[in-house]
Amino acid sequence: MKENKSEKPNRREFLLSCSKAIPLTGALFFPLSAARLLLAQESGDYDPTVHNYGMGIDIHKCIGCGRCAAACKTENNVPLEPHYFRTWVERYVLPSEGEALVDSPNGGIDGFPEMNEDIDTLRSFFVPKLCNHCTNAPCVQVCPVGATFITRDGVVLVDEKYCVGCRYCIQACPYGARFLHPEKKVADKCTFCYHRLAKGLLPACVEVCPTQARVFGEVGQQSSPLRRFLRFNDVIVLKSSLNTLPKVYYAGADGEVR
Amino acid sequence: MKAPKFPQQVISLAIIFAILLGGLIAARILLVPKSFGKYGHYRADAADEVASLDIKYAGYKACLECHDDIYVIKEKSNHRGLSCEVCHGAAAKHIEAPDEFVPDAPRGRGYCPLCHGYNPSRPTGFPQIITLQHNPGKPCMTCHNPHNPLLPHSPEECSACHREIASQKRVSHHSSLPCEKCHTVPARHTTDPRSALPKKPTTREFCGGCHDKNAASPKEIPRIELASHGGRYLCWECHYPHHPEAK
Repeated sequence: MKENKSEKPNRREFLLSCSKAIPLTGALFFPLSAARLLLAQESGDYDPTVHNYGMGIDIHKCIGCGRCAAACKTENNVPLEPHYFRTWVERYVLPSEGEALVDSPNGGIDGFPEMNEDIDTLRSFFVPKLCNHCTNAPCVQVCPVGATFITRDGVVLVDEKYCVGCRYCIQACPYGARFLHPEKKVADKCTFCYHRLAKGLLPACVEVCPTQARVFGEVGQQSSPLRRFLRFNDVIVLKSSLNTLPKVYYAGADGEVR
Repeated sequence: MKAPKFPQQVISLAIIFAILLGGLIAARILLVPKSFGKYGHYRADAADEVASLDIKYAGYKACLECHDDIYVIKEKSNHRGLSCEVCHGAAAKHIEAPDEFVPDAPRGRGYCPLCHGYNPSRPTGFPQIITLQHNPGKPCMTCHNPHNPLLPHSPEECSACHREIASQKRVSHHSSLPCEKCHTVPARHTTDPRSALPKKPTTREFCGGCHDKNAASPKEIPRIELASHGGRYLCWECHYPHHPEAK
């Protein structure tokens, strides 16, 4: 016992030495973290780790003017011809019998033609669509080269230089939100205007929506307009049965919206 | 000490493997981008490349730095919350070079109906007009200020809204009659049309006031025997008062 005591410190000595080490390690690490924080604040650097973006869409407010789709094409140099859209507006017409009729002529940019008068219409409304920026994105899973990915701030992006244009992701997307860019021959889709977010601006479609039918913000922060939208509305996500965990939330959606 | 001797085929295999392994390592170093795998199975720089693209829409906050006068007016109007660039178009270039690039504004009749043209799919209560009937040919800005879009003024003539009736009546035998001859119009009808509807005649005697053979009215007016003409039918069930066919 005596020999043991001289070789190993007893509990009291050990704890004492530990307590001395705490301020020392603190002194070592604190300046580092503090300096990093201060640096980030001063340089105004964009820190992706604190964000997790999402969008809310209030179908009751959408007037189907198609300004979002038009602004998106301008902002992101999307080819002007129809069939290439990062966001578009669909018109739902629910007949008294049969399936819902959905159309979106030129994404709604030029307005909508008059409804077919032969159909006995129960209800009609507009649904803006875009990439749902799924947390569990099928397009990311199927990409064979790692060209489509989820950024640290929760946005699904395409790496133009890495994409081989195999169209797997276009097939895999259950929302039809992707297309093959006719000139670049790579997959293209909504980026939540990632280049605008980094500069502290809203996505172009949210910026121009005349009725504030689109709400943009953080999924995780209580102070965000999106959290408020989620608290005050009963929201759904599209095709929830697929477990893709979309981050585009629809309020006021008719059961026929898909 | 003598080095252990390997058979010739093992050595040549080892060389081939070494070359293949070296080639693989070299290929990985040369071909896989540096930032690949930094945060996941993707090239981390790709996100920065997307983030560094140029913006086209400056955002309303940029506009209001110089055009705060218009912003103040607009924020009190029905167009509050409407970003300037919805109508004026993408204007980031204007922020960079205010004199070289001046944003345009739609001045014809084509643009406003994208939002305000009647469309049954739009939410109820959103202000809409039927473009073909609403002052055809006139640019919207003649009457409405887009920065402060109120109803321009309450209409002075019935024909402002009831254009079809007015144009029919104009070519009919009733052209000289003012609308108020038959309809009593509450003052509120001009500002809040649906809450105060005008009154219509309800009896045969009203028409008889001019058209009965004993009525004290000008001789040219066609006469009937009110008691026997048309039996129990009301006059407007056979004659359309805005365009009466009879001589």
